[in-house]
Amino acid sequence: MPKDGGIGASSKRREDLRFLTGKGKYTDDMNIHGQAYAYFIRSDVAHGTINSIDTSAAEAMPGVEKVFTATDFEGVGGVPCGWQVTDRFGEAMQEPKHPVLAEGKVRHVGDPIAVVVADSLAEARDAAEAVEIDITELEPVLNMKDALKDGATKVHDDLTSNLCYDWGFVEENRDAVDAAIKGAHHVTTLELKNNRLVANPMEPRVAVADYDDSTQEHTLYTTSQNPHVIRLLMGAFVLGIPEHKLRVVAPDVGGGFGAKIYHYAEEAFCTFAAKAVGRPVKWTSSRSEAFMSDAHGRDHVTKIELAMDENGKFLALRTDTHANMGAYLSTFAPSIPTWLHGTLMAGNYTTPLIYVNVKAVFTNTVPVDAYRGAGRPEATFQLERVVDKAAREMGIDPVELRRRNFITEFPYATPVAVEYDTGDYHATMDKLLEMSDHAGFEARAAESKANGKLRGFGIAHYIEACGIAPSNLVGQLGARAGLYESATVRVNATGSISVMTGSHSHGQGHETSFAQVVADMIGIDEQQIDIVHGDTSKTPMGMGTYGSRSIAVGGSAMVRATEKIINKAKKIAAHLMEASEGDIELKDGAFTVAGTDKSVAWGDVTLAAYVPHNYPLEDMEPGLEETAFYDPANFTYPSGAYGCEVEVDPETGKVTVLGFSAADDFGNIINPMIVEGQVHGGLAQGIGQALVENCAYDENGQLLSGSYMDYTMPRADDLPMFNVDHSSITPCTHNPLGVKGCGEAGAIGSPPALVNAVVDALQRAGHDVTHIDMPLTPDRVWSAMNS
Amino acid sequence: MYDFEIQKPGSIADAVSAMSGDDAQALGGGQTLIPTLKQRLASPSTLVSLAGLSEMVGICKDDAGRLCIGGATTHAAVAADGSYAGLSGLASHIGDPAVRNRGTIGGSLANNDPSACYPAAALGSGATIVTNAREIAADDYFLGMFETALNEGEIITEVKFPIPEKSNYQKFVQPASRFALVGVFVAKYADGVRVAVTGASESGVHRWTAAEEALNANFSADAIAGLDAPSGDGMINDLHGSGDYRAHLVKVMTGRAVAAAS
Repeated sequence: MPKDGGIGASSKRREDLRFLTGKGKYTDDMNIHGQAYAYFIRSDVAHGTINSIDTSAAEAMPGVEKVFTATDFEGVGGVPCGWQVTDRFGEAMQEPKHPVLAEGKVRHVGDPIAVVVADSLAEARDAAEAVEIDITELEPVLNMKDALKDGATKVHDDLTSNLCYDWGFVEENRDAVDAAIKGAHHVTTLELKNNRLVANPMEPRVAVADYDDSTQEHTLYTTSQNPHVIRLLMGAFVLGIPEHKLRVVAPDVGGGFGAKIYHYAEEAFCTFAAKAVGRPVKWTSSRSEAFMSDAHGRDHVTKIELAMDENGKFLALRTDTHANMGAYLSTFAPSIPTWLHGTLMAGNYTTPLIYVNVKAVFTNTVPVDAYRGAGRPEATFQLERVVDKAAREMGIDPVELRRRNFITEFPYATPVAVEYDTGDYHATMDKLLEMSDHAGFEARAAESKANGKLRGFGIAHYIEACGIAPSNLVGQLGARAGLYESATVRVNATGSISVMTGSHSHGQGHETSFAQVVADMIGIDEQQIDIVHGDTSKTPMGMGTYGSRSIAVGGSAMVRATEKIINKAKKIAAHLMEASEGDIELKDGAFTVAGTDKSVAWGDVTLAAYVPHNYPLEDMEPGLEETAFYDPANFTYPSGAYGCEVEVDPETGKVTVLGFSAADDFGNIINPMIVEGQVHGGLAQGIGQALVENCAYDENGQLLSGSYMDYTMPRADDLPMFNVDHSSITPCTHNPLGVKGCGEAGAIGSPPALVNAVVDALQRAGHDVTHIDMPLTPDRVWSAMNS
Repeated sequence: MYDFEIQKPGSIADAVSAMSGDDAQALGGGQTLIPTLKQRLASPSTLVSLAGLSEMVGICKDDAGRLCIGGATTHAAVAADGSYAGLSGLASHIGDPAVRNRGTIGGSLANNDPSACYPAAALGSGATIVTNAREIAADDYFLGMFETALNEGEIITEVKFPIPEKSNYQKFVQPASRFALVGVFVAKYADGVRVAVTGASESGVHRWTAAEEALNANFSADAIAGLDAPSGDGMINDLHGSGDYRAHLVKVMTGRAVAAAS
């Protein structure tokens, strides 16, 4: 195949034609005849007891179908959590009920209390103002450490405390790590926060539900990254609807970043209400609602200690983290600070002893769950910050200290339970130093100084675990789901192909890159192939898209199914050419008999499969359609070196990012342009976290950053031109494409690089600043310089 | 948004008459009011649209050489005018293109958002706010956050700016809203220098008289460098910056405005 198509080609994203011309079909574009509109009445206090709700006046208002409260949901399950963490004493985590609508108490600003369903949104909203809700405010639980003190107000009265779990990993190493730290030549300690973020996909969440009482079939259109997971969680655990009577469709979805993985109360509400009122029910989140009801990300407070010998060799690492769960456990929340965080604490280094302690805490805030990177950014941030601080304390160049401790032999079993299959960290570091003209930095710094500015350079080297995940392993770790992926390859009679994938594309470009893989394997034009996703009635049971898993797991399933197709097609070709199956070769869309000029085209074989006049019917079924489920043998381990160059205005504290270089090892690359775009997006979000984004609550639990007037999204003029490379390739050893995944890397590697750069700039100017908590707003940088 | 009536008067006189109704609210370019209505944070019974009043749109000079800007003139028009460089420069950086092409100078000054740019220009220029009823000196007009000397139903028809020898506006933006975290307008007139600060104070736009005195003696950035920053007491203290930080920025931005004044 020439590289104007197939694996390795920068094929243009075919989906962009509809996205960029306004022809995408998003959930809010779904309007069903006769639909009613839902308006959620949400708590405006962080914590309170609901004394009474009077809906009578509202229900008498024009257009109102019904006002729902918790009493309507008696007998309905709570919104389930998909992961049970076992604490370091062997006990299961504390798991509170998460009702669809608040029962007796409200636990965060935005907690839904009641819902008006009416003919129009305006009527629903008018009626909502007539619902009388009497709440007695309670003291809000906000600070995680205070929340764990004896006698602290409890978020959930039926739990013993606000502690979800106290997790130790690896618990058996606890004493050995302690001894190693006590006996070390030097220990570098750092206390830091990983700031709470709001995902802010461009498209807010939407749910449209329909119920057909003649067939008892429910249909839910929803903004989801994984419609099959929603069908399973909502059908089995909340509403008791069997799968064959519940169709979940996630059509075009305008960005997810993790926040659209989870099953949300609004989805269950609309599905339930559509049956209850006998007409379709639609809910579209406002941006304000999104800020207080989409799961937030990050929000860790950590103390990290790194013990070294006199040469800077890492001897032991210990971390103590408080992880904010918010008021309820979102779908995958417990797994983020544990299995997606603790297992990455080795980073790229040979640290032999590691102990990670995480206390997950309930507070009166919006639930926190995975956000682009999910646990791995938190691990990378603290590790790459402490390594940088250690380099300064030890008087060793930060690049050199990292190199001294890099893992160089693979496979490498870390002391935190995972085994890296491949990597070449010196190669990515070399590439970064070259790309970022590290050698020329001093001259540039002098130029900045002459202009009254402070220039700094910061590095981070990250590891992440993608391709989530081996099902038997995650089952042992507490997952209440398998994490395989699926694909059905349906070859049509004339040779065109529909691939039904369990993955879901919400911006990643699967419709293009997945087609490239199948085209490459068969040797036909990409335009012959369509990728179908996002509809449980069309695609096989799949677990969806998150954790940079789609190409590594979903792509592998598709490869396996395509291999089955090719095997069967070869048998048909052998029959057509009266040759031995073992002699058939497939190249450039034609089957040939090895060593002869006998050949049949792809389309001849596919036609024979469906018009089996000349076909080995006694040996094979007609048709050409295969399904494969792929369960990965291991995670994949992308890695990379990131370099950030900044200038600080010493008068205002304003940080300008002058340059950002990313040298990644993603294994094999399907579409370099799409990979580059993914890295760009990740970098924008990582720089956003480090520089501007901050979800803040006041002392009453009110969201201070509840709109774009106060929550800063990174904008184009906050970002430099990115310098991106992915030519360092160590292919994954255990999946058929040798791919690792690239979706989250940018958001994982960039925050520590940026903070390291700012600390570098300040220290070069003589300021005794060793850390500033993100985001590095001008106010914070100026305060650090002048404290 | 709640239901409301909208009136589109053809003259200032008709507008004044319409404004006398119960719960009537003037609508300029709508860049603040419309989002407020959409969030149901205001419920006027009548909106009186001033945008279509041709006698309130346009820019000219009066006999005294003052730049006279109709109250319904958009920021974009002021930005494009250029005859008062400091003022046009300020207008060219208000909000985004949509805001600049809809928002009006009268609307901005009537709202008097403590982080808006125009109040700094009006106060820093010693402008005269002309209403349907009277003329108000800028020094008497701004009374605090969102508070002005306007009476109920009074409409800003025109703003008259004396054109200084030199002027400049420096805005340090609040990163999310991109309103002024601190904005400083400096104008040097034959009879003295005026320095007006927006974004910083809990009392809204105000003059920094210590800086004015220093600049009257020596109109240079060095004169500001030699000053203490104003006190952080009474400055806004929020997510985006402490009072002390804002006070510090007042000094930095004043120095930069003086250095850039032309």
